[in-house]
Amino acid sequence: MVAGAEDDRQPGAVHRSAPSRVPTEDLEIELLLEAVYRQYGFDFRQYARASIRRRLWKRVYAERLESLSGLQEKVLHDESCMERLLLDLSINVTSMFRDPTFFAAFRSQVVPLLRTYPFIRIWNAGCSTGEETYSLAILLTEVGLYDRTRIYATDINAAVLQEAAAGVFPLGKMREYTENYLAAGGSRSFSEYYLSRYDGAQFDRSLTDNIVFAQHNLVSDRSFNEFHVIVCRNVMIYFDKHLQDRVHTLFLESLSHFGVLALGHKESVRYSVAADRYEALDDHEKLYRRVR
Amino acid sequence: MTTDLVVIGGSWGGFEAVCHLLGALPGEISAPIVVALHRSPKSSNDALERMIRDCTRLDVVGVEDKRPLHDACIYVAPPDYHLLVEDGSLALSTDDVVQYSRPSIDVLFESAADEYGAGVVGVLLTGANADGASGIRRIKARGGMTMAQDPATAARAEMPRAAVETGMVDFVADLDGLAARLAEIVDPAAPVDARDPAARGVHR
Repeated sequence: MVAGAEDDRQPGAVHRSAPSRVPTEDLEIELLLEAVYRQYGFDFRQYARASIRRRLWKRVYAERLESLSGLQEKVLHDESCMERLLLDLSINVTSMFRDPTFFAAFRSQVVPLLRTYPFIRIWNAGCSTGEETYSLAILLTEVGLYDRTRIYATDINAAVLQEAAAGVFPLGKMREYTENYLAAGGSRSFSEYYLSRYDGAQFDRSLTDNIVFAQHNLVSDRSFNEFHVIVCRNVMIYFDKHLQDRVHTLFLESLSHFGVLALGHKESVRYSVAADRYEALDDHEKLYRRVR
Repeated sequence: MTTDLVVIGGSWGGFEAVCHLLGALPGEISAPIVVALHRSPKSSNDALERMIRDCTRLDVVGVEDKRPLHDACIYVAPPDYHLLVEDGSLALSTDDVVQYSRPSIDVLFESAADEYGAGVVGVLLTGANADGASGIRRIKARGGMTMAQDPATAARAEMPRAAVETGMVDFVADLDGLAARLAEIVDPAAPVDARDPAARGVHR
């Protein structure tokens, strides 16, 4: 068995009658993710294969290695390599007011529902470096609800949470974010919210007054509160079907009756276990209201 | 091995080219078609889908994460996302731009090659950069079939030329030639042998 496995790694080995996927690569990915889980406790075993394959190979090349098995060996013996891999696997690229029409819909359709609550709890799940969380805080400030809101912004990765809490974003992005903000229906001048510093745009500290940044793992952690809104956009696209269903179940346990679930533009509850528990508040903007 | 999936990539001038190509296909074909066209992140997704709908007899189906692929349906990568395939379904990512692009043709082609192996036909059209060339290489390495628009007939020659220069393109033709060849490969009425690109004596 060992000899066969080594043969497959020889350069030039061709899988002529390979079925659809390359079995050796699939096995290497499985073993690497198992190794990461057993050694470090991070569970990426149910991440969507197509994306994680790209991310793993990117790390293979960045470490100047030649194979996924080589990466497995390095990760097992070199903790700093694991830290780099963790960043690769867990950072979701995002921007402030990404998809301005979503934030406009949030303003027009979710905000009126929120006005009926004396105190509002929002869970921004998989907040990454915080761009979406700050966007929500700005929106809620402008509609006069931020003072009675608490946003729980969680991510699996402690390093990105630190960045999120610092609230410094690249100056070069401000132009794009300003356009997004205006397209989303922002009612002030976007530059009111940040100070330009040499190392970036420092966002107003008061925006974080009602944000709790906390580490939470959607793969393994439990529900920790009941929320009126859960915002989880473009996070579950990196999960396979089973893990998506787990997270949908977790969200149902964490969402109040008539609470709102917000997904990314190209996500849907349709293919999940939770399909019949929601009604579309805005099908196009992927705002769903829990009805059961 | 029959064709299980067709992937098409285009950039500069790609919209007209992809419409020409898809418009020339019959309404019944034996594979799904997934298309990645370079476009501005702020461009309207619905508008592009509508325009493609207007030029083809095939169904243009909205892209959603985990949506299962169906034969004779067209799926168009949305702006500002990478579109991939996995387990017979669509998959999306917002990972960094690749070759300055999101959607990236390489990302689509490589995932198609990894998931469908010899069952993939990859078609690269006009464009002004080198996206798609490495995807073409991967499709070929996994036993799939590759086609490119004849650079001399393309609105911009750079992209198909970069693909042809890899030496990994099986079939080069103008849009009508590509459409005719593609129609044979995915013709559900054809005997299975005729749908096999290898069995038809294509130089591989």
